[in-house]
Amino acid sequence: MMFAPAPFLLKDASVSQVMTQVCMALIPGIAAYSWLVGPAILIQLTIASLTALLAEALMLYLRDKPLALFLSDGSAVVTAWLIALTFPPLAPWWLVTTGTVFAIVFAKHIYGGLGQNPFNPAMVAFAVCIVAFPAQMSQWPNIGLEQSLVDQLNIILGLAPRVDALSGATPLDAMKTALKLGDGQVDIAHLLANQDIYGNFAGRGWEWVATGYLLGGLWLWQRKLITWHAPFAFLAALISLSGALWLYQPATFASPLFHLLSGGAMLGAFFIVTDPVSGCTTPRGKLIFGAGVGLLAYIIRVFGGYPDGVAFAILLMNLSAPVIDLLTQPKIFGLKAAGKGERR
Amino acid sequence: MLKQLFKFKGGVKPPTNKTQSTTLPIAGAPIPSRLVVPLHQSIGGTPRPVVQAGDTVLKGQLIGEADGWISAAVHAPTSGTVVDVGMYVQPHPSGLDAQCVVIEPDGRDQWIAHAPFDYAHATPDAVRHYLQQSGVVGLGGAVFPTHGKLTASKTVPMDELIINGAECEPFITCDDLLMRERAEDVVRGIGVFRDLLKPKKVLIGIEDNKPEAAAAMRAAVNALGEQFLVVQVPTLYPAGGAKQLIRVLTGKEVPASKRSTDLGVQCFNVATAYTAWCAIATGQPVISRLVTVSGNVQAPRNYEVLIGTPMGELLQLGQPHPDTDGIVMGGPMMGFLVPNDTVPVVKATNCLIAHSERLFPPKAPEMPCIRCGACAEACPHELQPFELYWNARARNFGKTQEFHIFDCIECGCCSFVCPSRIPLVQYFRFAKSEIWAREREKNAADEAKVRFEFKQYREEREKAEKAEKLAKAAAAQAAKKAAEAAAIAAVESPPETPAPAPTEATGNTPLPAVDPAQDAKKAAIAAAMARAKAQREAAQPKNTETLNADQARELADIEARRQQAGIVEARTAVPPPSDAATQKAE
Repeated sequence: MMFAPAPFLLKDASVSQVMTQVCMALIPGIAAYSWLVGPAILIQLTIASLTALLAEALMLYLRDKPLALFLSDGSAVVTAWLIALTFPPLAPWWLVTTGTVFAIVFAKHIYGGLGQNPFNPAMVAFAVCIVAFPAQMSQWPNIGLEQSLVDQLNIILGLAPRVDALSGATPLDAMKTALKLGDGQVDIAHLLANQDIYGNFAGRGWEWVATGYLLGGLWLWQRKLITWHAPFAFLAALISLSGALWLYQPATFASPLFHLLSGGAMLGAFFIVTDPVSGCTTPRGKLIFGAGVGLLAYIIRVFGGYPDGVAFAILLMNLSAPVIDLLTQPKIFGLKAAGKGERR
Repeated sequence: MLKQLFKFKGGVKPPTNKTQSTTLPIAGAPIPSRLVVPLHQSIGGTPRPVVQAGDTVLKGQLIGEADGWISAAVHAPTSGTVVDVGMYVQPHPSGLDAQCVVIEPDGRDQWIAHAPFDYAHATPDAVRHYLQQSGVVGLGGAVFPTHGKLTASKTVPMDELIINGAECEPFITCDDLLMRERAEDVVRGIGVFRDLLKPKKVLIGIEDNKPEAAAAMRAAVNALGEQFLVVQVPTLYPAGGAKQLIRVLTGKEVPASKRSTDLGVQCFNVATAYTAWCAIATGQPVISRLVTVSGNVQAPRNYEVLIGTPMGELLQLGQPHPDTDGIVMGGPMMGFLVPNDTVPVVKATNCLIAHSERLFPPKAPEMPCIRCGACAEACPHELQPFELYWNARARNFGKTQEFHIFDCIECGCCSFVCPSRIPLVQYFRFAKSEIWAREREKNAADEAKVRFEFKQYREEREKAEKAEKLAKAAAAQAAKKAAEAAAIAAVESPPETPAPAPTEATGNTPLPAVDPAQDAKKAAIAAAMARAKAQREAAQPKNTETLNADQARELADIEARRQQAGIVEARTAVPPPSDAATQKAE
């Protein structure tokens, strides 16, 4: 007698479908990114993906798990892409490799692999590398340089000298440094108008990358792969805090729009805060989680010592996710507060 | 007439696959070569067989007598000879056997004498009893004895009577065809339920993918001049779940911890109403039902099938394709593969689906849960299936109860949407059965404890009674002695005061010198001390009572040496274990 439990009909769904759609949603952002900095980002995506798959295969082999099944689930590739997109595009090859290996081996498989990691692996990679290699993690290319694929490949592989002029800070970092050096004499409006690094609202060009992520995120929401709760709460918290301080002192605090379109805000809002494995799962939990990340990210990026705060904010909230979930369990069918639909 | 409808959260939309089996009218299935009629065909007590091998039975003759109130009678589906009353494999995923009456039909299909039930002059209790004797049970799948649901709550007024014609499971169309073809009898049956429950409103819910059935029911309701409301509800699995349909039609949510009657609602399936009316109008008990034959077959259709028909024989009517590799009883969402094709059609069998890998491709391998929450979105009871899964997997059964596992109706929506292909419902069934098993164990242990404590109490009481008796005897003895002494004394010097009225204890004996009341008090004190001692002994085992074999032997040696040395007089080396110890060993 054969045994197969009901239901016999199943929706066409799989983990690899979920992961593939997440990757597809990243494509508008990646397109804008490569338009901005050239093919370097595609090289980094390739390096990260290959490293992730190799590390994944090694760990699966060591853990005696079926290789083909888990390599094809796409989760390692998603992690790899998020790492490549958060690291400087011209970073040396070994930096993104180190980050990726750390993410897959330590942040993912040591905890039990797919679905078991308490921390978002890509954010662990970012945090580890920015602490261990602060110099390399802070060298961002100046925008508007005409470099060929070969030039960029040589830089990444370390075959060409890293010309200092090629490397600058991120718009967020540049602003923080300028404000610090200006010591109250420099105001933001002046900076935005005069420094080449800034565009219409935020970092020149970067604002379009952020818009690309936003579009991809909205598509994920429309496909019901993510719910609105966490991104909404994240962006709302970021806007509220930055808006309040901006209204209070516009000379020293950048506008909410600047913060929304800078650094990892949009990528974080739609692709990392929404990570179901390390984030919250209940609707109210997602709201708290997203808002927590938004507030912490702003505090760390504006008052802290790191160029951006999204990664650390997410890791901190990952820590609290299980408790938040436990405390925000929704009421079930029939056990809600009386009144709703119940007539006497 | 428009009716405000409510929504339930979650739900899924699997392909309905219903049209295949609705093109042809209901057909009668032929009498099979052999009928295996299980006695346990409803929730509650297993009916007792009232026939034996060798008996001849007529169609409709009682073969299983209802056992208790929640139980329903079972009847012979056709005339013939009982060839066996024994254990046969059941249409249940466990593949276990249960008691069945096997009938070899004689082909004459001869009815036992029967007459319509005098419904107009019957009391409600008589109607309920009649339905029980006619074997009327819920045909929606739960097979709860119908008469047991036909008593309104004494405290909560019955607001709505819900009639379930939603039939939300894919492939199944037997209720659809029943409503299309036999709507009047269904409506008359609903009238009986209405008479017994006296609800304020009667709502008939039908999914809006069955417009013909809804039209037929509306026509029947109008023709019979009833005030029932036929409501078309949105097609969304599991809208036909009793609790979901109640929610959609009334807005009321029935949790697992309550009965729907506590909220003033009761729900019956359309086929149940139909069989109830047939039993009343014709006097014929429930011996057949409508079954959809569909799936991997050339000729899907609905059949009126005798209970006990082997499923394989029924499936042949649909001409299954050669790659058919199993039979699913029920729908593809909640049904199950039957152990083999000899298992009989029972009252719960609404559909047979020929299974093949072409129709239901084998599932992809199970992946780890990624907590995507798709299951929580799909759950019509708003549970967190993935939390239940994690805890069931970790055997954290207490936690599964905190996450309301018993509110799960096992509809399969979570498994349907899970991208990791986790058979979530299986995990929940596992957790539920483990919890039930533990509760049974705990109850057994509790009962044993109560038995043990009672035994202990009884033995103590007996001891105390014995001690009291002895004390009383001693007191009586003392009183007697004292009386004698007093008598002697009285002879020597007669009392100056007259004696008080003689007490019962002393009878007509002369006044004792010792106050009898004081004596009785002493005896009572002695008895109390004896009781206390007995209690102490029972409660505190001496350290010599819990010896292992080595220690006991050592102690015995010591005693022997002492005896030889003449230190102490001989006594038992190891005191016999007290009652408490022996009872513990039990």
